[in-house]
Amino acid sequence: MESHGKVIDRLRTAFRSRVTVPLEFRLSQLRSLLSLMEENEAQILEALHKDLAKPKFEAVLSEIEMVVNDICYAIDNLKYWVQPDYVGKNLATKLDDCFVHREPLGVVLIIGAWNYPLQLVLLPLVGAIAAGNCAVLKPSEISQATEALLAELIPKYLSQECFSVVCGGAEATARLLENRFDHIFYTGSQAVARSVLQAAAVHLTPVTLELGGKCPCLLYGQLDIPAAAKRLAWAKYFNAGQSCVAPDYVLCSRQVRDVLLPALQQALHHFYGPQPQRSVDMGRIVTERHWSRLMDLLGRSGGRVAIGGESSREERYIAPTVVVDVQESDALMQEEIFGPILPILTIESLEEGIELINRREKPLALYVFSDESKAVSTVLEKTSSGGFCSNDGIVHMTLPGLPFGGVGASGMGSYHGRWSFETFSHRRGCMLRGWGLEKINVLRYPPYRDGSLSWLRWATTTKKKGWSSCSVM
Amino acid sequence: MKMHHSNQVVARARKAFLTGRSKALSYRLSQLKGLRRLITEKQRDIADALRKDLHKSENATQLYEMIGLEGEIDLAVSHLSEWAAPRPVEQSLLTVADEVYIQPEPLGVVLIIGAWNYPWAVTVQPLIGAIAAGNAAVIKPSEVSSHTSKVMEELLPLYLDKELFPVVTGGVVQTQELLKQRFDHIFYTGNSTVGKVVMEAAARHLTPVTLELGGKSPCYIDKDCDLSVACRRITWGKYVNCGQTCIAPDYILCEPSIQDKVVKEIRKCIKEFYTDDPKTCPDYSRIVSLRHFRRIVALMEGSSVAIGGETDEAQCYIAPTVLTEVTSESKVMQEEIFGPLLPIIPISGTDEAIEFINKREKPLALYVFSSSDKMIKRMIADTSSGALLANDCLVHYTLSDLPFGGVGSSGMGHYHGRYTFDQLSHLRSCLIKKLRMERVNQVRYPPHTAQKLRWARLFLLKRFSSIECPKNTFILFLKIRSIY
Repeated sequence: MESHGKVIDRLRTAFRSRVTVPLEFRLSQLRSLLSLMEENEAQILEALHKDLAKPKFEAVLSEIEMVVNDICYAIDNLKYWVQPDYVGKNLATKLDDCFVHREPLGVVLIIGAWNYPLQLVLLPLVGAIAAGNCAVLKPSEISQATEALLAELIPKYLSQECFSVVCGGAEATARLLENRFDHIFYTGSQAVARSVLQAAAVHLTPVTLELGGKCPCLLYGQLDIPAAAKRLAWAKYFNAGQSCVAPDYVLCSRQVRDVLLPALQQALHHFYGPQPQRSVDMGRIVTERHWSRLMDLLGRSGGRVAIGGESSREERYIAPTVVVDVQESDALMQEEIFGPILPILTIESLEEGIELINRREKPLALYVFSDESKAVSTVLEKTSSGGFCSNDGIVHMTLPGLPFGGVGASGMGSYHGRWSFETFSHRRGCMLRGWGLEKINVLRYPPYRDGSLSWLRWATTTKKKGWSSCSVM
Repeated sequence: MKMHHSNQVVARARKAFLTGRSKALSYRLSQLKGLRRLITEKQRDIADALRKDLHKSENATQLYEMIGLEGEIDLAVSHLSEWAAPRPVEQSLLTVADEVYIQPEPLGVVLIIGAWNYPWAVTVQPLIGAIAAGNAAVIKPSEVSSHTSKVMEELLPLYLDKELFPVVTGGVVQTQELLKQRFDHIFYTGNSTVGKVVMEAAARHLTPVTLELGGKSPCYIDKDCDLSVACRRITWGKYVNCGQTCIAPDYILCEPSIQDKVVKEIRKCIKEFYTDDPKTCPDYSRIVSLRHFRRIVALMEGSSVAIGGETDEAQCYIAPTVLTEVTSESKVMQEEIFGPLLPIIPISGTDEAIEFINKREKPLALYVFSSSDKMIKRMIADTSSGALLANDCLVHYTLSDLPFGGVGSSGMGHYHGRYTFDQLSHLRSCLIKKLRMERVNQVRYPPHTAQKLRWARLFLLKRFSSIECPKNTFILFLKIRSIY
């Protein structure tokens, strides 16, 4: 078993040989990754089922298809992304070539999480490959079947000189982080993120942190409650609530709550039937430890279980559950739930809801359900969050044009689509000057004269809107 | 010296930010215009302080600090509404009826830690972006340029909102106190040792950082180029501010056959710019402190002095100096010089130059002097650096549309122009949907069937690529219409 240091040295040597830089190489690796996804769908689904009892539908949509789409998107657009961006010039530089050139960083580290074990490792990898880097992948050891599958398949499809999978637990990750990387991409918890950042500081390594938090979901004013209930239930109980962008808790008025509860009940019945435990479309909690954590939260909650509440330790099953009469101080409000338990807190006004949200850390996502666009825009203006979606949940992260990432305690940096490419690139400012025009340069050389200053001021101002261009000589 | 209670200052700035007043565009514009007036009205005070700190002449101050700031403020003022507006993005089939955009938002309270070499430029330029992005900012100027720091402490509150933009002066202790507080972004300009400390402190609060650091910026002179123009530009770039510029050409790489000519040309330019006696020339600055003076003088050890070499500790004066017989093991090659010593290292050609550069840390700037486009393109392709400038020095800094920042140990993040605005904003992804058209969503809800899966695959995620058959597009279009 190769030591971490040796793996990284090997990848660094490969990077220095510049093998990952040519467009053809990057495209061929992306195509191979696509083949990996297409040729191993059955094994992938099996591994995801082993790890999380992930329903086939969810696995296909949220893991396989998301990765496949991102790969195709990168393959289609890479030739544009790598083009230099020519920039506006000021008069003094009018005859020069000024552009932004995107370059790979080197050897990057991608640390995945267990809730979407494939997507959270492979989506960043798409960006790393597209940007011309080498990469070390560290899938989560908690989703063991997927970890093993990645360790088996990646070396089969991708260049072993440039891409490597490292397995292991917290200790192995800590040792890995002692090494120097050119970028670290981490998905997971805030606690671990701090130690990742501290390890990165030693080498001045830039990082992307995709963390979590409690994503609030406000229901306010005029709204089609049955439709909202369906979308809310779908977003909440997808992957048994184990999504970093799942609506964590609901804020609404008493009146709305009273109509929402039966609507949720109906939606859940429609989705999972009368006994969700028997439905193949309901997921399971990833480990017994997390199951116990969730059951403990539920047990300590001062609220009342209005829907669900059933559970089974052997199956790591928790029914789609809704808890009402929850206060801000409740156990369910002290940490990110990350499970199929939905607390509903009642508020008297939109302002109260906004204040509650703003008392807490900035979440990864913020949801508002309302037919009143004024309410939606008020919440948008008065709060901050990684992303924002009105009248639906989760889907904003499926759009490749939107950067996906947090702010404040929910993370830093972003990815998806072109944003992944940018995350793993260095934007190098380039200016190629000519040899002529030395006469203008005279203005800047000592001995410094008062007169030269006004010329220089004029020449170095970037062209304003509506200003007609003219060359200085 | 007044003791600042960092936590109170930061708390007050945060409270002021939470009132929301820094968010309105009109407010941001008024603050930016206030800053602009400061620069115009207080030229004298600013120049006096810089002369005391760095022996900068008033013209040099204007040229290297203030013109740039004026330009940046004017740019921010004229483009603010554009920068702050929602930015539309492409949509997928399912969201075709929705609004999809990126909304720039303020982060909150930003900490700006300035440096001493261009104290106005590197402290105020990030502030321009912080204000433009709607943030509050705590400004910590470098105590090494102590007169300028005092002037900033006196003047900024006269022109800017005192609560939103407080100035905290002081040394290492004050900086450490500040770093214990929680900020929404820390913008640091300085050296990599302190950069690591800043990042480590930021890690505790999960605060993102921009680090504008330094390194040794190489300057490669191809033997086929106009040496007289090249050396002129290099001489200017090197000795401005007595070499105390993060993007100064640190050392030269060239073939031995042209070394003598290079030395001759540089000698000529030094005389032209700074007269026979730079010590008496008002356009030649001084080293900022005794500590740095001694550090730089010690670097000369082991190399030969081809030009200059004179020093005067009483004045912290070091003559414009060129060193030869330098190798990668020489003292002068062990750290960023940040002073008026220009070592010349002989290399056999482009290959060796690239190898030499790539063995070292990625620099903040890379300079290439060559008449061959091919050679320049090769430099771009085979090396990495914060920025690359061909056939001149420093001036890439003046172009607001070029991102200014390092990579690897020369830094992370970048700024100037709109980049500062974006760096100090949160770009929030927004998807505004309506509760109608619920029928379309049916495909994604359980219970899941194979048919639904097929539809969902098509509908929810795929954007049609050019590889797909046009016939599918048409069929899909008809089906979408039938659902709506």
